[in-house]
Amino acid sequence: MNKNRVEKMENIFVPKSGQRLKTNRYMLFTCIFVLLLFAGLIAYLTYFTIYEASAVITSPYNKRTAALKESVTRGSIVSADGEILAETKKDDEGNEYRYYPYEHVFAHVVGYDSHGKGGLESACNYEMMTSHESLSAQFKHGLTGTKKSGDTICTTLDTRLQEKASDLLSGHRGSIIAIEPKTGKVRAMVSRPDFDPNLLDEEWEDINSEGSSVLLNRAVQGMYPPGSTYKLLTALEYIEENPGTYSDFTYKCKGETIVNSVRIRCYGDVEHGKENLTSAFAHSCNTAFVTIGCGLKLKRFIDLNQRCLFDDKILFDLPVKKSRLGLGPSSKGSDIPQAVIGQGNTLITPFHNALIMCAIANDGILMKPILTDHIESVDGHVVSTTETEKYKKLSHPSDAIILQKLLRAVVTKGTGRALDTEEYTVAGKTGTAENGKEEDHSWFVGYSNVDNPDLVVCVLVENGGAGSEVAAPMAAEIFDAYYENDLDEKYLKPENQGEK
Amino acid sequence: MLNIISIWSNYIFMIMCAIYAISCFTVFLPSSPERQVKRMNRQEFFMFVFHFICYVVLFCKTLDVRVIALYFMQAVFFKLLIFIYGHLYADSSRIMMNHTCFLLLIGFVMLTRLSFDQAVKQFMIVVCCSLGALVVPFIVKKAYWLKRLRWVYGIGGLLLLSTVFIIGTTKNGSTNWISYGSFALQPSEFVKIAFVFFIAAMLDSKADFRRVLITTVFAACHVMVLILEKDLGGALLYFVVYVFMCYAATGRLVYLVGGFAGGAVAARLAYHLFSHVRVRFAAWRDPWSIIESRGYQITQSLFAIGTGGWFGMGLTQGRPEDIPVVSSDFIFAAIAEELGVFFAICLIMIYLGVFIHFLKIALDVEERFYKLVAYGFSICFILQVFLTIGGVTKFIPSTGVTLPLISYGGSSAASTLIIFAIMQGVFMIAYQEDEENE
Repeated sequence: MNKNRVEKMENIFVPKSGQRLKTNRYMLFTCIFVLLLFAGLIAYLTYFTIYEASAVITSPYNKRTAALKESVTRGSIVSADGEILAETKKDDEGNEYRYYPYEHVFAHVVGYDSHGKGGLESACNYEMMTSHESLSAQFKHGLTGTKKSGDTICTTLDTRLQEKASDLLSGHRGSIIAIEPKTGKVRAMVSRPDFDPNLLDEEWEDINSEGSSVLLNRAVQGMYPPGSTYKLLTALEYIEENPGTYSDFTYKCKGETIVNSVRIRCYGDVEHGKENLTSAFAHSCNTAFVTIGCGLKLKRFIDLNQRCLFDDKILFDLPVKKSRLGLGPSSKGSDIPQAVIGQGNTLITPFHNALIMCAIANDGILMKPILTDHIESVDGHVVSTTETEKYKKLSHPSDAIILQKLLRAVVTKGTGRALDTEEYTVAGKTGTAENGKEEDHSWFVGYSNVDNPDLVVCVLVENGGAGSEVAAPMAAEIFDAYYENDLDEKYLKPENQGEK
Repeated sequence: MLNIISIWSNYIFMIMCAIYAISCFTVFLPSSPERQVKRMNRQEFFMFVFHFICYVVLFCKTLDVRVIALYFMQAVFFKLLIFIYGHLYADSSRIMMNHTCFLLLIGFVMLTRLSFDQAVKQFMIVVCCSLGALVVPFIVKKAYWLKRLRWVYGIGGLLLLSTVFIIGTTKNGSTNWISYGSFALQPSEFVKIAFVFFIAAMLDSKADFRRVLITTVFAACHVMVLILEKDLGGALLYFVVYVFMCYAATGRLVYLVGGFAGGAVAARLAYHLFSHVRVRFAAWRDPWSIIESRGYQITQSLFAIGTGGWFGMGLTQGRPEDIPVVSSDFIFAAIAEELGVFFAICLIMIYLGVFIHFLKIALDVEERFYKLVAYGFSICFILQVFLTIGGVTKFIPSTGVTLPLISYGGSSAASTLIIFAIMQGVFMIAYQEDEENE
């Protein structure tokens, strides 16, 4: 037995010899290995060149686009209503500089072209440094040695909404976002505190100093507890788990309850009394929602949150921070009561919160959010158009319609009455997010025109207090601005531009 | 005007390089000797036209007469080298000669574009080494005692490799150089020749288990020394060459499988033990998050390749100088940026052509010692190409290996030229054997 094994070992390890040793065959065999390695290398290089290169080279660290500066004048950024948001001008000595007519209003979203670049100035850097001027113009530049003009970025932003939003947040810290749910077009994106990109060089040290968050685009990079706006997802899960019986839900609110040994109070210690799902949602009753939430299936609920883009990378022109769900498969029972009413460890970006509302308003379908509507050459010829496309299905259409009714009741009967007007119809949710020992964060997320959604507005005011008193009235002013100006009919269409 | 010249010339380069690359493989097709000679002549013609156009573009850019002088010196050198070789060794491989010259020539062009001084220095080194290497095929052909010197290769190589611990200097993070004044040498480049000879001599005859074991211990010592010198690319190169040669010599798959399993374990160990391994690995996995520090080099390289695209920016029209150590380890990125990814892929095909030619020699030579030597060099050569190009394109972590015959670096050029000369010698032995058989 033992001897046998030794022989076997010898058979494996002892070199072959004589006729049995076919060295040439072994060499050819390894040659296949080498050829496979190189096939992989060439395939990778081809893939890189076709698919990855164009994204890689737009990095602000690629000095090659900086080198284009010598032959191309950086293109402009314009708003959907045809106003210039950023352009390249020349001073008296002929030196180029970047000019932002709206100063601080578009600071974060349009960004800046120096100090590592930010916003669209960074995201569309390569496009603005590329020229699609007519061949005759390019030939003329070649002959005279003048610079070509880079392409123009036509954004979806509206100066009137943006200015309004910026004014509203003046003196506050926070963010306002407006998105068209049917197209995903971002009409306004404001973050406060802000800065004037024209004066960036002078103020850079202050702005960029440690502890200053002026450069932070709170809309996409700020992380906040969602507070009661999160009840939307809790309600969605409840409806999904109880499709036939959710409307039978009743609860008697005493202003306070203890679930899973956690004490939960309603905001302002109000006793809401006897409620159904609609009224509990309309009054943002914490005790009712904790009771609902603690009866949910944890794993299912986590799946729903992931479907709704928590812990997920949201693809957008600007980098969006991943929202964080405070619940996991191993969460303790005592974590759940806080989590289901949007407190605890869950953090969300205002942009993400707006996108969830977009999906609900659009019957469960989230459209891909876009900032660049199209790109055109300096002589008005359209180079490329961003197609509106479906991004993800967040809920079933029928569930979204149920939620739409709940959201409408918030405005007609509940905490969102600040938005109840004859001019247009709004549905939405307020939120008052506790924030440790500091003053609460004030939230409102909602959309206007209940029958045929036009615009989603998300307002977040840091340490603003009650959502119904601070954020909701601000949202009302944004909707006013939208409908007073009939904005949706006035946007420049790329087709019209092309005909000129 | 200049950019129009360089863009148009780029298309010519691409077409020529593609035809040349195809010819690397078609030469192996059976055909009449006349057609074969015609092929060789055409390759040579392409080479010189390519060389000429490149230097026209370079001259237009720099308007420096020294560039013209360098061009003529190089053209004369190549012509002479081909002529001398052809006459000194009538039965040498002309394909290999053409490949040697073509690769050298691409290297000269890129170096002239990157740094004129480096190009001149490299040219001098190549001239000296090529002339010196002229005797090598003769020695290989005549010296039947070469295979008896196994302990000289093994112990001598190991000692030479270890000299860097005593008189070594650190360059680009690796302590694998020895220098006397302005003269610097990378022993591992030369020891790899001895290393291949050592394994071939050990496993030549009487390859019993004890022999394999001793060889393994020696090979492991080589690799250990290289790891301690932080020369990761070198360590990997030696290791793979050993594993492959061992498999080919013994025919036991266990050495191949066991070797790679052991290699994987060793790689993991090295990852935990050495910070420089972790740094290289991190720079490969996500260079974008550490773009300002460790990821800088590889991302600059990707910018270069990406900006160049399929057709390149045109010679002298890119910014390869942004990439650190572009003229040695990262020269492939400069080639891809200015001459285009298509050209770069053709270049890879030429390297593969050389490999297949080497391998064919290994298959055809009857004597086992030379068979193993030829095989060892073919693996060593192609692996070095793979490690550099893979590292530069972020296909694999960067290991700091040079691109044979193209990268700037005297030791690398010298050792590659010696390897090519040895292969010429082995080629002639294989050829002679055929004649004797006939």
